[in-house]
Formats: sequence, structure tokens, C-alpha cells
Amino acid sequence: MKYVIIGNSAGAVGCVEGIRKTDPEGSITLIASEPHHTYSRPLISYLLCGLTDEERMKYRGNSFYEDNNVDARLGVTVTKIDPAAKTVTTDSGETVSYDKLLIATGSNPFIPPMAGLDSVEKKFTFMTLDSAKALDAALTPDSRVLIVGAGLIGLKCAEGILDKVKEITVVDLADRILPSILDKDGSDIMQKHIEKHGVKFILSDSVKEFDGGAATLNSGKNVDFDVLVIAVGVRPATALAKEAGLNVNRGIVTDTKCATSDPSIYAAGDCTESLDITTGENKIMALLPNAYMQGECAGINMAGGEALYDKGIPMNAIGFFGLHIVSAGTYDGDEYLETDGESYKKLVTKDGLLKGFIIMGDVRRAGIYTSLIREKTPLDTIDFELIKRSPQLMAFASDSERRGKLKIKA
Amino acid sequence: MKKIYVNEEWCLGCHLCEYYCAFANSGKSNMVSALKDVKINPRIQVEEGKDVCFAVNCRHCPDPICVKSCIAGALSKNPEGMIEINTDKCVGCFTCVLVCPFGAIMPNDDGHAIQKCELCTKNGNGTPNCVAHCPNNAIVYEER
Repeated sequence: MKYVIIGNSAGAVGCVEGIRKTDPEGSITLIASEPHHTYSRPLISYLLCGLTDEERMKYRGNSFYEDNNVDARLGVTVTKIDPAAKTVTTDSGETVSYDKLLIATGSNPFIPPMAGLDSVEKKFTFMTLDSAKALDAALTPDSRVLIVGAGLIGLKCAEGILDKVKEITVVDLADRILPSILDKDGSDIMQKHIEKHGVKFILSDSVKEFDGGAATLNSGKNVDFDVLVIAVGVRPATALAKEAGLNVNRGIVTDTKCATSDPSIYAAGDCTESLDITTGENKIMALLPNAYMQGECAGINMAGGEALYDKGIPMNAIGFFGLHIVSAGTYDGDEYLETDGESYKKLVTKDGLLKGFIIMGDVRRAGIYTSLIREKTPLDTIDFELIKRSPQLMAFASDSERRGKLKIKA
Repeated sequence: MKKIYVNEEWCLGCHLCEYYCAFANSGKSNMVSALKDVKINPRIQVEEGKDVCFAVNCRHCPDPICVKSCIAGALSKNPEGMIEINTDKCVGCFTCVLVCPFGAIMPNDDGHAIQKCELCTKNGNGTPNCVAHCPNNAIVYEER
């Protein structure tokens, strides 16, 4: 069996490990544009603030490719997939044939058309190791940094570089920060917390025009800056899949086996759409844990095993300046709220199930809630009054269920 | 693989396992200096109910969602099946806390990394300290 994997991040690594669970022998060729050993993308902000380094941020150890007998072609870009011939072509002119192919091409930073952007000398995105190092090299203690985008990437960037620069201003069109993971109240708490550390926000506003180191906003405000970071969002890297004729909406459409519309081609990670079990909708959930689990599922199926990726939900754990957020699922339903203005907890239930939650501050044991969402545990089978105040296994009141979980002898 | 299990009917809810866990992982040789005036942050936690008490720590799941979800590649399963944390690689994002169905992974004392039960294999204790000091033999270390 010949496997080809396009990509070298969580989805690709998951696929390698999934294949090797099932098929120790087949040949695996991994082709990726970035020249680096597999590394954790979300750690680039920790790299800039010194909490990790290039060695420690490797997603797997130095012998990963060797241990798994992977022919890794790093720094090589796949330019075409030919599903009829079952081959991929690379920018070095090589053609590699496959029996099963994984597309784990990830996503690319989206740069919207902005007037005068060409006049900005120091402009960066913040997605890859190289982009982080390029940004780092441009920063000085006198730098005034303008970040466009108050989402996860923009704010992680702000945290990563705050101690290296003079000031940071974040501009976003939305009226609140982190709208992809927080509700309004949570956004307000986190915004105040980040502001305390010296980051300035200008919300409900956007850049009308750049002129060198000056940005004019639509409100008429002006922001002078030395370095620009564009973090307005990402777009799934679907060009190869589209050209190959696969079914692509916003992301590559995948089923619960992580297969695409071509039975020999699988896809995983940011480039895909997959089922969110809290809503029943297919959507893009560009999150590292999901990418790994999709990749692993795809790998097992590619190798002839049987695996399902059928518990996918949006979920995120992230912290800013010491205040942690964990969130999961979706927020449409009945709410249970606890807040003291600094910490925050919201649980959302619908149809007798826990559908989502946001916890800021004390995140301990939140995984018990996540498990209720993923397993679709009917809330009338547990002591929900107990568990909603603090996550605990005691709420699984049925002895047999709790004992089963903990493997306790009856 | 041998794991730590609790026998609910014997657990008194005395919390000594929590103190012996904190002591074993304190790096100190004297229990008083390790625990006096310290708010302990043990890797095993006792839950107390009306009729039943039990202790919970890492179950070393055969198909561990914490390892799959770790964004840093800091959690791994060793050849024996024990789930290990490499605190040098961990950046304290707490994704594992978000996904552990047992609530058995927690932030460490400084909050920059996580901690979890590693069966006292890394603290020089050799065998699990919670098991050795449970006064009622309610916590056992065995194959199941």
C-alpha cells in the first residue's frame, strides 16, 4: 500500500500515527511546503515571549519520521492532484503515485483588500514559524504595533510580543473581542483583563486606508504604527482539492470516516468541513485537537481499519496574561450562569443535553463537561444540579455507570 | 498495565491520599515542611457524596484524548501504557484539562504547565504513595 500525505502539522501527524496503528509496512510519503520538522503552530506566540523554543515546540520528537518509516519531503509543494491517475505532482517536477491520499493542507491567513497596504513597509501575518520569526526580527523596544483582528491569532500575537514593544493597538470591525469562542459578557471580561496589561483596543472600526506608518480608520481616527500584523482570519487551503474535482464548500467536504468525495482521498484539519454534533451541521472547525483526531481517523481508514470521527465539536482552551478560557460546543439553548465580574461560567443546555459551555478563570475538571457534550449524555440520567455547580464524577449517580467509568469492581 | 483503582466501599473520604500525593511530588523529605501551611494541589482528588466517597486520578486511558488533543506534543503514552507529561514542552494552554473526561489533569502550582498522576514513577517514590498510605486499603495498584 502506498500512502501520500500532503501537509506536516497535526492532521498529517495524526494520519501517520493512524496508519501505523493498522499497517506497519506500507510506504508513507509526506510532502509539505514548510521546510521544518513538524512543529506546533499555536506555539508561535509562546516562542516569541520565550516560554518555548524551536526545539521544544516540535510537535513530535526528532526521530518521528524515522520511527514511523516516513519518507518526509519537506520544503516541497504539491502543485496538482490527479485523481484519475492517482498521482500528485510537486513543484520540483516530480510525480508521486498513491493508493490512498490525505489532504491536510491547513489554512492560509486571509488578507482583505485594504487601500494603501502596499505602502506599509513592515507588515506580517501570524500563522507559521517563519511568519513569527519575521515579525520578531522587525520588532524593537520602540515599536508601535498595529494588529488588525481581535480574534485568537491577533490576541495571541499581542500577548507574545507585548514585552518586546512600546505599544500595541488592536483594531477590529466587530464590537467585541474573541467572538468565535466567547459571548458578549465573556468578551467584556477578557477585554478588560487584556487592557490592564497595556494593550489598547479600537472596536467596531476598521482601517479605511494605510499611508506608510499611518492608518486612517473608518471612524476618522488615526493610528500611527511601525509594524502591522494582519490577523483578520484564515481561509481553508482548498485549491488543490477544488482543482482535483473534489466536493468543496467553504472547506473540503468530509464524511465521518474523514473521506472526501473521492474514496481514495481523505482530508483532515483546517482545510475541511466536518460534522459538529452539537448542531448537526457540517462546518469548519479549525482547531488542532480536531485536526489530529481527523487525521488519525483518516489514517486508520486509509490503512483498511475502521474508525469514525463522529464526536467533533468546536472546543478551545486558551489563556491571555494568566486568565484562562475553556469553551466547547455551541451556545444556543437554556443558560446557567455564574459570574463575579472576573471569572465566568456559562453552561448551555437544549433538548435535555449539555450543548456548550464557557468557563473563564477556574477551569479545573472542565473536561467532565466536554465529555457530557461529546457523549451526548442525557442530563436526566445524571445529577445535573450537582454537576452544574462543579464538574464531578459523583454526578453520575448510577453506581454502575460511575463504576464502569472508574473500572471499580462492583 | 498496573493502574491505581479505588474500592468505593472502603474509601472513608479521609483525603490522606491527597496529602501523600502532594508530599510525594513536593521533592521534600519531610512531610511537615512539605505540607505545613501549603494549599495542596494533589494529582489525586477525593469526591465525597452522601453515601459514597472515592478518589480519582488519571485512568491512563488506552485511547487517550488528552494525548491526541495536546497542542504541544507534550503528552504521550509510554511503552507500558502510562500517560506522561513533558513539562518542558507544555505551555499551559490547558487543552488537556478541557478534554479529560475524568477531570484528572490539572494546572500545576505555577500555572504554566499541567500536572497529572504518573504513578509516582518520576518523583523518586517508586510505587504510588497514595496506595502505600491509604489507611483502609481502599486504593490499590493492580492489573484489571
